[in-house]
Amino acid sequence: MSEMTKQRPKHLALNEIRLPLAGFASILHRISGAGLFLMLPLLIWLLQLSLGSTQASAEMFSAVTGNWLVKLILLGLTWAFLHHFCMGIRILLIDIHVGVEKQQAHNSAMTVMVVSLALTAILGLKLLGAY
Amino acid sequence: MQRLVVGAGYGLKDWLAQRVTGVIMAVFTLIMFAAALGGAMSSREAWQAFMANGLIRFLSFLFIVSLCWHAWVGVRDIWMDYLNSAALRLFLHVMTLLALVGYAGWAIQIIWRL
Repeated sequence: MSEMTKQRPKHLALNEIRLPLAGFASILHRISGAGLFLMLPLLIWLLQLSLGSTQASAEMFSAVTGNWLVKLILLGLTWAFLHHFCMGIRILLIDIHVGVEKQQAHNSAMTVMVVSLALTAILGLKLLGAY
Repeated sequence: MQRLVVGAGYGLKDWLAQRVTGVIMAVFTLIMFAAALGGAMSSREAWQAFMANGLIRFLSFLFIVSLCWHAWVGVRDIWMDYLNSAALRLFLHVMTLLALVGYAGWAIQIIWRL
């Protein structure tokens, strides 16, 4: 007991830790959530412009969403939302004891990464006006 | 060693709130995705007519409340995990809460004005 106490606090070298894929997907869940939170004012503003009844709001919406920097941010937020969404489903499944085994958890983390990136590509091309 | 645990339970409430609000938002997302495939976002007029629908306004309201609640628990967890200064934590907790309450009011006002 006393030896254990002596080793505390434990300092973790964050730059040397090799996270397993599930851990990597998990920290991305946090980063994507933080990004979505920080960009909420932009998203609500765009909602306001998209639902505005005046011609001015329609023009402003086109101007803002036509800006390349805004497009880039929206592309990032698309990924953030999709990753957060897929990871959330994974968390809910693990809550009800689905996919708790190590290999299954690894596979589901990989699935989350692949699916969210693929959907980002599909929606991103739409966002950039490819189709 | 005897441990006196005081105030246990509030963590469970937040954990549960995070799940419930997450499910509400996930369902709303699927509804919006289906609506988009059905052409609800094909033009400005179609989008505005869709969002003015009574049921959608009701669901949008639930989504906004869920989002802000969900963000509160999530962002608060980030402050709690990484900040050691109680004063800075308290300050950012209050700022986060004020921002989210303001965002909720702003967003609800947008959809209910339709």
